[in-house]
This record gives sequence, C-alpha cells and structure tokens, in this order.
Amino acid sequence: MTRFAWLRRLWALSTGRFGLLVAAGIAVVAIAARFWTPFNPQRVDIAGRWAPPGWPHLLGTDGSGRDILSLLMAGAGTTLRVAVGAAVVATVIGIILASLGALTARWIRESVAVVVDILIAFPVLIIAMMISAVWGGSLWVVIISVGIGFGVNVARVTRPELRRVLHSDFVLAGRASGLTPFQNLWRHLLPNVAPVFIVQLSWAMAVAVLAEAGLSYLGFGAPVTEPSWGLLLKDLQAYITVYPLTVVWPGLAITLTVLGLNLLGDGLREATDPTLSPRRAAHHVPEVVA
Amino acid sequence: MIRYALTRSALLLLGLFVASALIFFTLRVLPGDVAQLIAGINSTPEQIAAIQQRLGLDQPLPVQYATWIGGILTGDLGESMLTGTPVASELAQKAQVTIPLGLLSMTVAIVIALPFGVLSAIRRGRADGTALNVGAQAVAAVPVVWAGMMLVVVFAVWLGWLPAQGFPRSGWSDPGAALRALLLPAITIGVIEGAMLLRFVRSATLQAVGEDFVRTAAAKGLTRTQALIRHGLPTVGLSIITVLGLQVAGIIVGAVVIEQLFTLPGIGRMLVADVSNRDLLKVQGELLVLTSFVLIVGFLVDLAHRAIDPRQREAE
Repeated sequence: MTRFAWLRRLWALSTGRFGLLVAAGIAVVAIAARFWTPFNPQRVDIAGRWAPPGWPHLLGTDGSGRDILSLLMAGAGTTLRVAVGAAVVATVIGIILASLGALTARWIRESVAVVVDILIAFPVLIIAMMISAVWGGSLWVVIISVGIGFGVNVARVTRPELRRVLHSDFVLAGRASGLTPFQNLWRHLLPNVAPVFIVQLSWAMAVAVLAEAGLSYLGFGAPVTEPSWGLLLKDLQAYITVYPLTVVWPGLAITLTVLGLNLLGDGLREATDPTLSPRRAAHHVPEVVA
Repeated sequence: MIRYALTRSALLLLGLFVASALIFFTLRVLPGDVAQLIAGINSTPEQIAAIQQRLGLDQPLPVQYATWIGGILTGDLGESMLTGTPVASELAQKAQVTIPLGLLSMTVAIVIALPFGVLSAIRRGRADGTALNVGAQAVAAVPVVWAGMMLVVVFAVWLGWLPAQGFPRSGWSDPGAALRALLLPAITIGVIEGAMLLRFVRSATLQAVGEDFVRTAAAKGLTRTQALIRHGLPTVGLSIITVLGLQVAGIIVGAVVIEQLFTLPGIGRMLVADVSNRDLLKVQGELLVLTSFVLIVGFLVDLAHRAIDPRQREAE
C-alpha cells in the first residue's frame, strides 16, 4: 500500500494526472497501431490525395493519398520506441557516471564531476550531428544522443543524492553486515535515489520526442520508410501554402506528447518528494533541442 | 574574485580541451573512410593514399590532433574536404546571418519572458496568472519546426506581411529586406525560448516575493507590487543571467532547425549540409566553434554573475 502511495499522490495532482493520461494514451495508441490502423499508413492512393478531414479519412490525406490519422498512429510507435530507448541509454549512462562520481576514490570522483560539468554544455543536437556525420542518420542517432545528453544530466542530479544516501545508517548497516559495495549499491543506494532518477527520465523522454521530430525533419533521424511525426512535418512542409491544415495534426501530436511527459515529470517530482515546496517545483525548465 | 576567475578560467580551458578532443576523436573513429569518401567508390589505393597524405590523414591521430589545434590557435580552422574552401572564412560569412538571428531571437525571448513572467508570478492563483503559466508550459512543448510552419501560414501565407523563406542575395546592403527576412525566424525561436525563460522569471519572482528585504519594504509602506518591483526585480534579473548560457545553447539549436525551414544561409544550415555530405574536416571545425561559443558564454555568465551579485561576493 505505502509502496504505491506516490502513485496516488501523483494522480491527485492535476499535472500528474494529465501527464499520466497522455503517456498512457500514447503507449496504448502506439501498441494498438501495430495491429490495427484505419488504413495502411504507407498505402499510396493518388486519386484520393489531399482529402480534407472527413469520412473515411478523419484527418484527411497527404500528398500521396496516405491517411494522416493512420500515419500519426504508426508514428506514435516510432516515438515511443525512441523515447523508451533514450530513457534506457540515459539510465545506464546516468547510473555509471553517478556511481563513479559518488562512490570511487576522491580523484576519480572529482574528475568525473568535472567531465560531467563539461559534457552538460553539449547540446543534444550537437551530439547528434557528431554521430550522424560519422555513421549517417538513423533513429539510433536520436536514441544515443538524447541518451548521452540526458545521462549526463541524470548523473549530475543523482550524484549529490547518492552521496547523501551513502552516509545514511542503513547503508552503513549494509556494509557492516558484509554486503559488497555493488550489492549495497543495488539494494540500498539505487532504490533510494530512484525518485530523482524517474523524474529525470520523464523529462528525457520529452526531449527525445522533440529530438526525434527535429532530427527526422533535418534528415538525421527516421529513415523515409519509417512512419515518423518529424518526417511527416518535413513531407508536408512543401505544400504548406496550399494545404496548411494537414501540418497542424503532426505538430499537435508532438506538442501534446511532450507536454504530457513534461507534466508527468513535474508531477512525479512533486509526488515523490514530500519536502519539495510548490515554489521550488516551478523551477524546472525543460531543455529545448529541436 | 580573482581566485574565482582563475579557477573558472582553468575550468574553461579544460572544457575547451575536452570538447575539442571529443569532437576530433569521434569524427575520426573511421580514419580510412575520410579519404575514401573524397576519392569516391572507384578510386585506386594510390589515389586514397595521396589524399590521405595531402590532408595529413596518414599521420598518427595525436599528431593530427595537435596539428589541428595548432592551426586553430593561429586562426586556421582547416578547410572543406570537398571544396577546399577555408572553414574560418565561410563561418565568418554565414555568421552575418546567424548572429543577428540569434540576437533578435534573444531580444524577442526576453521581451516576452520578463513582463509576462513577473505578471504570472504576481497574479499567481488568479485566472490570468494561471493562464500565463499553463500557456508557457504548452508553448515550451511545441517543436520549433512546427511553430515556424504555423507562423509562416499565418504571417506569410494568410496575412502576407513577411516573407515565408529566403534571405536577400545582396545580404545586409539592403538592411530593411534582410531584417524582414530574419523577423519571422527570430520570432519563432524567440517565442519558444521565451516561454521557457518565462518559467524561470516566474519562479525567480516568486522567490523574490518571499525575500526578507521585499517583505520589509512592503512593511515600511510600499505596496507589495511596488516593493517587489523596486527591491525584488534586481534579484530576478540576476537569476536570469544564470540561465543565459542555457538560452544561448537553445538558440543555437533552434537556429540550426529554423535556418533549414526558412532556407537562411547561416551557420546552422551550412552545418546540416556538411553533416549530410559527411564533410568531416569542415564539420569538426564548425562543431568546435559552436561548442566553444557555448562554453565561453557559460564562462562569461559565471564571471558576470559573481561580479554583480553581492550575495556571491559575501560567500567568499
């Protein structure tokens, strides 16, 4: 019961509820789209191109007659994959850097902290450019660059938290009862910094969604065969003067998803940290990447 | 202060070193490929070797790195592998678009964020304050590309006030036309950056409201708003300076995307083209300039903050 008390607190917050609903909604759509979309998202129908919103194409069709609603649903899958992938990479990098920065010998600790401070100045887009210059563009570029960019962020926020927990009684007790440092990290330290971590990951996913859209638009993200909101924006851009309405939908989808994930992060922070005053909660400002 | 400046300078130098090494070695993980890329698929090994020798790619990596850094210190950023044009001169030319774009965007962001941020804090809990805060959250979630497209639809297509794309061929010799070309892109970046800055201003203002000196001023007869504006706003200004570095990074990133959307001949558009062409030598110079710029702005911001903020001085 107490284990999930934070979930109830999250639901009680309007931001948390909105974020939770949007995130769940996107996940459901993304999974559902694997099995069913109103039309085949890649089916070209020249006769039916640029159909206005209506029946049977609820949001209309694009310049090759593809159903925009189906494209958006399929694109949600791509977005979800990228966001989860980036969160996983950020977690791994964040845990490694934070542990190195908090638990090792003093000189390693301090150098890791300095390197983290330097890496934080690298915008995600710059990292993405570096990677795509060498290996070419792909969704992996987005996952890796957001993962690195946010992993560093996560490490910076988690490190002081780890240091604090490190000196608490239960960690000392764990050490006294013969746990190895790694066991201690896994059993006592990480669970205690998890709240800080999860909040960061929620924001990282929001950045990943924006980065996927921006990088796919620039041609360094999703390959043209992949359904992607950013690619759709790029495709529709050329006809923006004639069919401005079609561009509205992918943009709304991205904005709603990013807003949901940002608010989920804000809500999680408020729900998991009872000491946090609403005033401090207002401090977070997400990084813009694309 | 001097001690702080020295440590901070050392950190900046270290940062520049780490950044340059990271960029250099990431772009060189595939050393053979660079020459292969230039020579094309049907090249003979001799041709590739000749290219490697001409570009110094046959040297060991640390030597190449040292040569590169040595060149940079004398103002030589290297040259394009594909066209042979020097990176430095091309950057200087493209900066004539990107730097004004950045300054304009920053101005738009501050003009939006400062008054509305303070207002949303003063009117906290009321309908207008909440609307401003929610609105800023929503705008901050908008992808820059899409914001640009929507603004083009409204101001270029429907109203016809501003050009939808492009930059005058004559550049700044026709300042009016050049400025008009940059206005819509700058508003796009500025509005989104402004929405984020607004939230900083809001929380800084909320913090200022609770400060003792603001309360005291209010107790001595000023209204709460007067006290806040006269005594609280300076601290708000200070906290905005600290996020200026972040803002600059955000604007650079925004410029890369927006120059693409508006086909502006700036640094961002050049970078995207060079990355697509895999012109590694050029990309390496451009990325170093951009990251150095972000690092140096961060350095200046820290120094300025330290010099201006009396609370920071006392901490020493």
